[in-house]
Amino acid sequence: MMKRLVILGGGTAGTVVANKLRRRLSLDEWRITVIDRQRDHLYQPGLLFVPFGGREDLLRPRRRLLRNGVQLLIGEVASVDPERKSVRLFDGDVVGYDYLVIATGTSPRPDQTPGMLGPQWRRSIHDFYTYDGAFALREALQGFTGGRLVVHVVEQPIKCPVAPLEFTFLAEAFFRRREMRDQVELVYVTPLDGAFTKPIASRYLGRLLDERKITVETDFLVERVDAERKTLVSYDEREIDYDLLVTVPLNMGADFVGASGLGDELNYVPVDKHTLQSKANPDIFAVGDANDLPTSKAGSVAHFSSEVFVENFLQYVAGVAMTHRFDGHANCFVETGDGKGLLIDFNYDTEPLPGRFPLGRLGPLSLLRETKANHWGKLAFRWIYWHPLLRGRRLPVPSRMSMSGKHRPDEEVRP
Amino acid sequence: MTTVHVDAEGFLTEYDEWTDELAGQLAARIGIELTDEHWKAIRFLRADYPTHGETATLRRVSTLAGIPVKQLFALFPGKPAKKMAYIAGLPKPRGCV
Ligand SMILES: Cc1cc2nc3c(=O)[nH]c(=O)nc-3n(C[C@H](O)[C@H](O)[C@H](O)COP(=O)(O)OP(=O)(O)OC[C@H]3O[C@@H](n4cnc5c(N)ncnc54)[C@H](O)[C@@H]3O)c2cc1C
Repeated sequence: MMKRLVILGGGTAGTVVANKLRRRLSLDEWRITVIDRQRDHLYQPGLLFVPFGGREDLLRPRRRLLRNGVQLLIGEVASVDPERKSVRLFDGDVVGYDYLVIATGTSPRPDQTPGMLGPQWRRSIHDFYTYDGAFALREALQGFTGGRLVVHVVEQPIKCPVAPLEFTFLAEAFFRRREMRDQVELVYVTPLDGAFTKPIASRYLGRLLDERKITVETDFLVERVDAERKTLVSYDEREIDYDLLVTVPLNMGADFVGASGLGDELNYVPVDKHTLQSKANPDIFAVGDANDLPTSKAGSVAHFSSEVFVENFLQYVAGVAMTHRFDGHANCFVETGDGKGLLIDFNYDTEPLPGRFPLGRLGPLSLLRETKANHWGKLAFRWIYWHPLLRGRRLPVPSRMSMSGKHRPDEEVRP
Repeated sequence: MTTVHVDAEGFLTEYDEWTDELAGQLAARIGIELTDEHWKAIRFLRADYPTHGETATLRRVSTLAGIPVKQLFALFPGKPAKKMAYIAGLPKPRGCV
């Protein structure tokens, strides 16, 4: 009997897992099926540059990114029945599985904040986490003649937690280039108590915002948007006016996760943080943004954790103990404008620290420091993404975080 | 007050060192007098932590314990997530990375 592995979602994690496992599981014994609601794969990191006129090589047909021997089914998942081991699609199809991987990511949900969706959505209220949103925002920025631009995060966790900061830096540089910086007031509104979650990176990034004369409004948990008055209202009744609002709406896992009893209050799948195995059902795993791992929701995490998952999965189906442990490794480039960027590298236990990456003293990239090399690193990532990464080939960056090249800022650095 | 282990910001680091009485003292320190409504939130946080492995977020408290976020702001003014964790003797909510 053929064994059936079904992967829900063919984004970063689903694609990497399908391609890696297709090479490791015999074609005679295993059928691998990927289900996704969209035909095209979207390169999400590229969305950041779209509002500022960036290149548009963002979409590729999913079929071409999956190895031969991986079946692709286009359809939207409505529910999973872990008892019967089947997946139901909205068009009525039912697909049976022996093992299930949930890789349906997380999506912006403007419908979850009162007043956000309405006649002002994509007029004075924008997002850049979606394809249509990023292009609508491009128009809005082109036509912006000055006033108060508010960049806003509804709630953590969000995918790519640095993206709203990057957007803010790029917007500042954009208005400077257009010689209208003095007509624009920039405000960054966050539910956190600083620019970022972890203290050292928060200090570095906070300083950069400060230098660029960007006001930061912290501990702001939005209750509703008053779109008519163009005001954000918080639960503790603070108000922030805007002329143009760029928000990162609440991010939530797919509805079917919650509806199938496999999710938490945000529809993320509770998993063991080292093996990615669902706490509710041992034959279900969740990779990428779809799970509740206490690390960043980022493509890098999707990629590193997939490598660990694949090794464990092969052990699991062979009936032996899973011996590989994911450490929460994440690394993210942070664009800071003017052709520069910085880089952060961290895991469950170690917050982002300054230093060099990936090779100790040699770099060539610098951690938590603005350099041109980091900016080029970010741009080069597009090629790496479409080619070796999605194909499931090994990259020179290890899935386990390394302390080599890192130092605590208060520690002395020896030459 | 009996001695307990706390981190640099005063959050308890040992789950088992917490008592009802201590909660009252911690609350008093940040100017809160505990009512039944406060206790409902604190008890939920205490019960949730061992199963979940993380301090519950405001959304989690509001969804699973049925206390609206607005009310949490009224009960624990300013920074409810942090204040609740402090009184419940749990780590400061990480706010994720
Ligand atoms: C603006 C922006 C910038 C970013 N920049 C970076 C960066 O610089 N570096 C970095 O590492 N990460 C970055 N990210 C984050 C990165 O894109 C995600 O973390 C990564 O794509 C997660 O992979 P995933 O496979 O878990 O989810 P996704 O890649 O989002 O894939 C989920 C898939 O599931 C499908 N799906 C969802 N629900 C259903 C359903 N019900 N039925 C069928 N299919 C469904 C979707 O169509 C999608 O294809 C960025 C994200 C954004 C939005």
